[in-house]
Amino acid sequence: MAMLDATEAPLDDLRRAADAAFARKRLIGFAAPLAVLVYFAYIFVAFNILELAERARMDNAAVLVSDAYSYKTHVTHNNRTGGLTIAVEGEKKGTYPENMVPDFVTKTGDDAAQITLSKGYTAQIDGSSLWLDVPGRGTIHVAVEGRNIILDAPATIPPNWISASKARVDITTPGGRAIVTRARTEVFHYAFGWELFWFTLDSPFYGKSLGELVSLAMHGPPLVQGKGNLSAMVSDVWNNEMWRHKDVMWAIFETILMAFLGTMGAALVALPLAFIAARNFNRLAPVRFAVRRVFDFVRGVDGLIWTIILSRAFGPGPLTGALAILLTDTGSFGKMFSEALENVDNKQIEGIQSTGATPLQRYRFGVIPQITPVFLSQILYYLESNTRSATVIGAITGGGIGLLLTQAIITQKDWEEVSYYIVLIIVMVMVMDWVSGILRRRLISGGNDT
Amino acid sequence: MADLSMGATQSIDDIRGAYLAMTRTKRLYGAIMLIVFVALMTSGFILADARNAGGFWNGIFHIFQFPGEVLAEAREKAANLPGLMVKFFPSLIETLNIAAASTLIGALFAIALSLLATRSLAKFPWLITPIRRVMDAMRAIPEIVIALVLIFILGGGPVAAMIAISFHTVGALGKLFSEVNENASLQPVEGLASVGASWTQRMWLGVLPQVAPNYVSYALLRFEINIRASAILGFVGSGGIGYDLKTAFSWGQGRYDEVAAIFLLLFLTIVFFDQVSAYYRNKLVGRV
Repeated sequence: MAMLDATEAPLDDLRRAADAAFARKRLIGFAAPLAVLVYFAYIFVAFNILELAERARMDNAAVLVSDAYSYKTHVTHNNRTGGLTIAVEGEKKGTYPENMVPDFVTKTGDDAAQITLSKGYTAQIDGSSLWLDVPGRGTIHVAVEGRNIILDAPATIPPNWISASKARVDITTPGGRAIVTRARTEVFHYAFGWELFWFTLDSPFYGKSLGELVSLAMHGPPLVQGKGNLSAMVSDVWNNEMWRHKDVMWAIFETILMAFLGTMGAALVALPLAFIAARNFNRLAPVRFAVRRVFDFVRGVDGLIWTIILSRAFGPGPLTGALAILLTDTGSFGKMFSEALENVDNKQIEGIQSTGATPLQRYRFGVIPQITPVFLSQILYYLESNTRSATVIGAITGGGIGLLLTQAIITQKDWEEVSYYIVLIIVMVMVMDWVSGILRRRLISGGNDT
Repeated sequence: MADLSMGATQSIDDIRGAYLAMTRTKRLYGAIMLIVFVALMTSGFILADARNAGGFWNGIFHIFQFPGEVLAEAREKAANLPGLMVKFFPSLIETLNIAAASTLIGALFAIALSLLATRSLAKFPWLITPIRRVMDAMRAIPEIVIALVLIFILGGGPVAAMIAISFHTVGALGKLFSEVNENASLQPVEGLASVGASWTQRMWLGVLPQVAPNYVSYALLRFEINIRASAILGFVGSGGIGYDLKTAFSWGQGRYDEVAAIFLLLFLTIVFFDQVSAYYRNKLVGRV
């Protein structure tokens, strides 16, 4: 009887405890998603998402996307001084020389040309006058007469294609675009690809197919005086003025350099400090405490503030970025290293000590072999993640690929370059990730395991 | 007998010789590695110094100049500091909101993707590799790239930063979450499958309760990282305390009390959330 009582009471307790636990679980199960939902509702209001939807410039997005994979060629008549120029993206560096004409343009006079656009559209420029032939809808005619611009469009043309005023007529069609102002009459021809990526127009190798280039490189008559074809090709690509491959590659290199110098420098600074901050290697508690607070401070101040402070002293460039990474990561490494040092196995050290080793030998053979794999793997992991940070820091201080990217975005028209840089950044980070992964595996497992 | 001992001593000598040779090669490799490393560091430093606008030796003596100016001005106008910190507090809240919202959004997507990318749990096994590659790519894109492009489309503001950070968070957390999922016990999942639970029910009731503490712990760590990221993105032009810092900073002298106030706010916030998240992470992972 007494036995039964004894078991019954705890059973009741247990049941009550289980019920309470279930009730709590149920509450959490409903409350947590609800809290997330409420928070999102708050964010929706706080960030003004509704207004944002109105503010979003979807036309900008369309320009960005179409510019990223296509290029336009401007055919321009200068209405003030006369003369016809054809230029890729309208840039001076991409202007076709006098005797060279892309295959969609037929020159019919000094100031006149016939331009074949896509989807069967054609355009004709004669002096300042423009005829745009829309298949199935007729011809739009624009002429500059004195100070006025006269537009003559058939009624079949949708009105939202044309925005016209006395000073400017802008025609945007699915096949191409044309603008007439008092200063110039201009037709844009759109085509797929990144034009002039390898060779610019002034290079003798422009417009050659890959097969032709290979055969030229192997055994062709030298196209550039005093230079082999291959070296001339390499130098033409390297010095390409449109895409600036030389500057871009240097910028990528600078970014990796920042990450490398910063990470390795931080590890070198943090290693001795970590010994001072570890309980089992330094008996002086106040010193330990001081070093730890230094680590916390350096980490807490954050890369952004360090970058700003350092860029004041050192100016823009890769060194500033490297030092900013160095400072921030000294804190992180110091914290991690000292924790790893406090967790070392003492058996190995005591074993070494029992053979009569000096303190230095104890560190060398008892401690270093234990911590090396851990440290190296953390350093490599940070190297990879710092490649990404170096891009951001470069954008703030002005150095490396981050600077090129911000510059290209600020101009708001070279989106093909922006996409080129983005691709390069992703490739760079992935390569660093891959290399550091391989090294990590080799260093930790001695290359036995893949 | 004599033969045997001869053989034994010889083999000991052999072993010692081989060992010493191995030690020598190891030492040689170590020395070569060290020389290569030192050469890389010095040449890298010299190159970085040469490509920098201001030189290292010139700058190192001016390193305390700017912090000194800021501190001097902050001390002069010390009475302003509390007021300024109140003034910038809303921006700080915005920065924290960006970090929190993007951590939440990122974590939600990461949970779904990581469950789909774990070998034993995936609903569509043929999707595992593509999803992993997508997560790799998301992790590889620096936040600033997406943020800058989005600022062009959406205009400046917190949403561009939020989307950019969420995007990166999905990749980073997705990888960590799927590692956690690999270690989850399959018994509850099989039990649920045997009573006819759907895939969603198996994940919701069988896997998530097991892995939730680890998820939360990783998400807290990400939150810490995202606070820093959101402050940096603000500096590039998408709202929050970073933007105020940039404005105050570009005003130059005379506004350094504002710079000091923002530095202080940012520092305190980062340290505070580091401590809080470290405490809860220890508690969560200790409980498992």
